[in-house]
Amino acid sequence: MAVETDFSQDGKKLTIKIKGRFDFGKHQEFRDAYESQPRRPDSVVVDLKDTTYLDSSALGMLLLLRDHAGGDDSDVRVVHASSDVRKILAISNFEKLFDIS
Amino acid sequence: MPAEQPLTVLVAEDGATDRLLLAQIVRRQGHQVFTAENGEQAVAMFVEKRPQLVLLDALMPVMDGFEAARRIKALAGEALVPIIFLTSLNEEEALVRCLEAGGDDFMAKPYSAVILAAKIRAMDRLRRLQATVLEQRDLITRHHHHLLNEQRVAKAVFDKVAHSGCITAPNIRYLQSPYALFNGDLLLAAFTPSGDMHVLLGDFTGHGLPAAVGAMPLAEVFYGMTAKGYGLAHMLREMNAKLKRILPVDMFCCALLLNLSVQRGTVEVWNGGMPDGYRLSADGKVVASLASRHLPLGVLAAERFDDSTEVLPLAAGERLLLLSDGVVDTADEQERLFGVERLRAVLAANRDPVQLFDEVMQALERFGGTPRDDISLCDIRMFTVEERVPAPTLYSDSGRSSPLDWSLGFALRGESLKRFNPVPYLVQLLQEIHGLRPLTGALHSVLSELYSNALEHGVLGLDSRLKRDAHGFADYYQERARRLDALVDGFVRIDLKVEPLASGGRLIIEVRDSGAGFDVQQVLSRPAREQGLSGRGMKLVGQLGSSAGWREGGRCAWVQFDW
Repeated sequence: MAVETDFSQDGKKLTIKIKGRFDFGKHQEFRDAYESQPRRPDSVVVDLKDTTYLDSSALGMLLLLRDHAGGDDSDVRVVHASSDVRKILAISNFEKLFDIS
Repeated sequence: MPAEQPLTVLVAEDGATDRLLLAQIVRRQGHQVFTAENGEQAVAMFVEKRPQLVLLDALMPVMDGFEAARRIKALAGEALVPIIFLTSLNEEEALVRCLEAGGDDFMAKPYSAVILAAKIRAMDRLRRLQATVLEQRDLITRHHHHLLNEQRVAKAVFDKVAHSGCITAPNIRYLQSPYALFNGDLLLAAFTPSGDMHVLLGDFTGHGLPAAVGAMPLAEVFYGMTAKGYGLAHMLREMNAKLKRILPVDMFCCALLLNLSVQRGTVEVWNGGMPDGYRLSADGKVVASLASRHLPLGVLAAERFDDSTEVLPLAAGERLLLLSDGVVDTADEQERLFGVERLRAVLAANRDPVQLFDEVMQALERFGGTPRDDISLCDIRMFTVEERVPAPTLYSDSGRSSPLDWSLGFALRGESLKRFNPVPYLVQLLQEIHGLRPLTGALHSVLSELYSNALEHGVLGLDSRLKRDAHGFADYYQERARRLDALVDGFVRIDLKVEPLASGGRLIIEVRDSGAGFDVQQVLSRPAREQGLSGRGMKLVGQLGSSAGWREGGRCAWVQFDW
């Protein structure tokens, strides 16, 4: 699976891991990762440790996730982004919407 | 056993007994049979009856089966007409010849009715498969033509909207794929009424129709508001709000918006999500980057949207290079990206800025072999005053009301000074007067200049001498933002007075501010260089109006237009 999900033991935090290229090809899998969960998590962590590339449709998918998680009241963190991926997030100034580390 | 789907079958066999026997077997299976005694007859029969399947004896007089097979296949064209060779030949080589001549299968004598029936069914399946493939191919081709035609029409409509500005102005050189619209790239340019140039390079997420759909309203807002003289902040707010309202959550538009003002010698920049643009000196050195400081358009709700811009000096002959991510994301065969470093290297190696555009394109070609179809590249040279083509103002009324005896005064205070730009509204109002319409550009320039002088030098107390060099320039605009932010009181008051004359009329504009005023004589006696850019602005005001000057210790600037 190129998109893996993991709930923390207390069931409050959902972690979504994306492997390889994060582009339109992952659209359905990524949506399923948070839409098909039985309960809504308090916070979502998007782990990009194994993500090699991210395009603008991936940025759109992150916006969809943020919207699903409550928009301005959401708690969505993006972690372990490589420097290349970070650059792409930085050009679009996504750190203004997401906690990126 | 009758066949499920009766076929028309040609039987070509020189032996009369065998021919009759075969014809009978095939007919009993429910098919319609034509017969021929040799290859030549078989070909003639094929032309006449167009059978769906052919049973062909390999060795026949006049023309043998091999030659007949070749001709029948040629006549059949793309459709599959299966040929089953009937042969008593047993050598491998002869069987191979049957297939090479175009045969699809062969059958050894003596004939078995059961095997023949099975082979005919198998061949019929192949024949149908081929027919289906051809049908689908033709359908796809039709759909494709249809799609291309739709795109062509959509593009023609869009070009009317998107290219109604001045993208073909001599100071702009750009490259966009002819179908950039369907890649989501957008490049717009237009002059404001006062002769500033607005440029927008945008890149919608996604491809195809969805991306193109968002481009339409964006272009409309861009041209509509530019023609009415709105500044970047207003336009950005309108564009963002509109896109936020109409686009789905995962779609947005990265955009770089510019206002080039030859009058002020500046470029005002807002970049949300586009790669760095570059400001280049007249000899091609990179002197500044136009970096992305904002989220793209259509992401944030109106109340969170940030319309703050940066102002950089830009003199005639200096240039800007703008690009879409297709340039830095061009990949070579090993999927390595062209990247910002390679682009900077091309910029650094450049000796003649006129060649830079081509050098970037050549570098991309050398790197990636085939350039991507979603590259947008735009080179803008700061134009001179003479090159300006101020936008013709579009009127939607008949112009008959033309009120000629009225006055109006209004004052902007505190918070209103931070956000509101009254100039477009005043210019719109003055459009009601027929005689002033040819002067729209001049009115816009004069009102903009007087209003910003009153705000910046009067209310905010900024010294225009700060702007003498590039460094001071940045300081000036930072200080302007800081003081504006801290502003609690102060006002700018604008009075318009219109009166009829014997033939025509007169407009008097007065702009007062709450500032400390200045020594008019002393400032005007400064050398032009020291007057800085705002001094030049005041000279311009005097040239555009019939007469102009200051009163009340520099706290009131007035200008008069007679027509």
